Amino acid sequence: MSVLLAGAAAALFAIGTYLVLQRKLSRIIIGIGLLTHGGNLLLLTAGRRGLPALIGEGDPSELSDPVPQALTLTAIVITFGVTALLLALAYRSWLLSRDDEVEHDLSDLDILLGRGSHEDDADLLERLEQLDDAEPPASGTDPT
Amino acid sequence: MSAIVTLPVLLPLLAAGLCMLFGRSRRAQRAVALTALTASTAAAMASLIAVDRDGTVVVDAGGWGAPIGIVLVADRLATIMLAIATITLLLVLVYAIGQPGAERHHVGFQSAYMILAAGVALSFLTGDLFTMFVAFEMMLTASYVLMTLGGTQDQVRSGMTYVVISLVASVLFIAALALLYTATGTVNLADLSERIPTLAPGLQSAFALLLLVVFGIKAAVFPLFFWLPDSYPTAPSPVTAIFAGLLTKVGVYALIRTQLLLFPDAARPATVMLWIAGLTMVVGVLGAVAQNDLKRILSFHIVSQIGYMVMGLALFTVAGVAAAVYFIVHQVVVKTGLFLTGGLVEHVGGSSRLSRVGGLMGTAPMLAVLFLVPALSLAGFPPMSGFIGKFALFDAGVGSAEFWVVSAGVVAAFLTLFSMTKIWAGAFWNPKEREPQATPHDPGRWGGPLLMVVPTATFAVLTVAIGLWSGPIYELMTRTAEGLLDPSVYRSEVLDR
Repeated sequence: MSVLLAGAAAALFAIGTYLVLQRKLSRIIIGIGLLTHGGNLLLLTAGRRGLPALIGEGDPSELSDPVPQALTLTAIVITFGVTALLLALAYRSWLLSRDDEVEHDLSDLDILLGRGSHEDDADLLERLEQLDDAEPPASGTDPT
Repeated sequence: MSAIVTLPVLLPLLAAGLCMLFGRSRRAQRAVALTALTASTAAAMASLIAVDRDGTVVVDAGGWGAPIGIVLVADRLATIMLAIATITLLLVLVYAIGQPGAERHHVGFQSAYMILAAGVALSFLTGDLFTMFVAFEMMLTASYVLMTLGGTQDQVRSGMTYVVISLVASVLFIAALALLYTATGTVNLADLSERIPTLAPGLQSAFALLLLVVFGIKAAVFPLFFWLPDSYPTAPSPVTAIFAGLLTKVGVYALIRTQLLLFPDAARPATVMLWIAGLTMVVGVLGAVAQNDLKRILSFHIVSQIGYMVMGLALFTVAGVAAAVYFIVHQVVVKTGLFLTGGLVEHVGGSSRLSRVGGLMGTAPMLAVLFLVPALSLAGFPPMSGFIGKFALFDAGVGSAEFWVVSAGVVAAFLTLFSMTKIWAGAFWNPKEREPQATPHDPGRWGGPLLMVVPTATFAVLTVAIGLWSGPIYELMTRTAEGLLDPSVYRSEVLDR
């Protein structure tokens, strides 16, 4: 049972890490969701297994450890709230750019194009267009 | 006494609720927020004096005893950090109220700011690792809101990076907690410090490294700092100032607390930390030299200066740790002051790009003074606090015969001076090369709105004062370090009451 849970946590961490490294915001958010699930599962397996931790359910030595359960509940609530905020941010990003991709970082662009620092917004837009032209359409890969 | 210690956590939380209630009245919100922070500052000061005189205060939250229940532990380190943090929070709030546009147009600003204040205070006071996680999350969630409050494209983009990186660090923290609980069966710091030395040596080192990574991301040490210079500059200036002053230092505080308290000498990754410290100093300052935007330059300097604190800690001697704690206090004051001046430059000059502002020496001489004092302190000029801090660190480094990390620190200090000169030349001395996009404001007689100038000036005065009174302050830091290096003191204070 413990091996199964540990394996599940490992799988969640692996898939979550892969998704967080993608360029689409929706995938990043799902990845974060899976990562936090992995963390919570790991926390849940930290205590002793046994009967439900309620007084009167059995001999205290046979009860499961309630502390990790309480900690996991707290962690779930926190990650729930933060994921909601993340979704709101992603929605805002979509409203602003009509695109689900993480936007280019302007300083990174300068380095990528081998130029000095950017000075003008007009300059920048031109560079962004150059970069988008250089990139094969709908490949979804990181230009770096 | 125990009631006063909890006030810096409770009052801002209460104020956060009240600020939401008074969403329609800007004045009521401001009054509530200012009162709460003034009272917390007074409480933090009182507890610092009392704790230094009478010893550590331990509070059982909810009436449950130490290893099981949540304990708040106010020892010297916690109350020093609490005092400097509450002062900073109060002054920056005054600045935010004075700045047009920062908090005026956003109903949620005050509430989020209060939750940030409570989270910072709780992370200093907490006596168990899980409550530290909760406090970090309080602080970080509030910081996500503050950073993206404007909702501009730039803020959302860099806010996204910041949130995702912080969340990954939080997941690592949870994983570390889960593994620690599996191995020891407790999350209470005092209890952990008793049980960790009984584990296998390899396991101890693994835990020490895991916590180093978790708090290293929050503290922005090399090579985990890339998110910081990217995300901080986009937020409004008071928000950037409070992030720069406090958030990374909370990470350093957690590093100091966990490495010193939980792990025996052999398990501490001292050599790794010294390398990290040296590389953080040099890489951070090289990043700053390459930038030409005031806020970005200063953001890279946050990273560089974190290296000095890690260096002091990594020596694991009384002199090193005392210097590190002194350096944290100095950095909170100087960094916040510099970012507030940066905000004033942006307000008066219309831009934070060095090519678009210029000649402020003539138009706003007061600003030049407000920049020069913390800038020279950052570079380490006497009689400011930066000189004493760096001197103490180098002295401790030489005392431990770690010469190469000291030389890295000296090189970084020279480069810091170079990049401060660059800001000075670009913004204050030379005429501007291009026109700023935003309309510049009239600096007036004081260099800006009085409510913005007074808090900034207070930070400049504070750095000189900390330098001039470094005798008594340094004695306090030495007492703190002596207590920290002997975990049995902390254990007996928390567990045997």
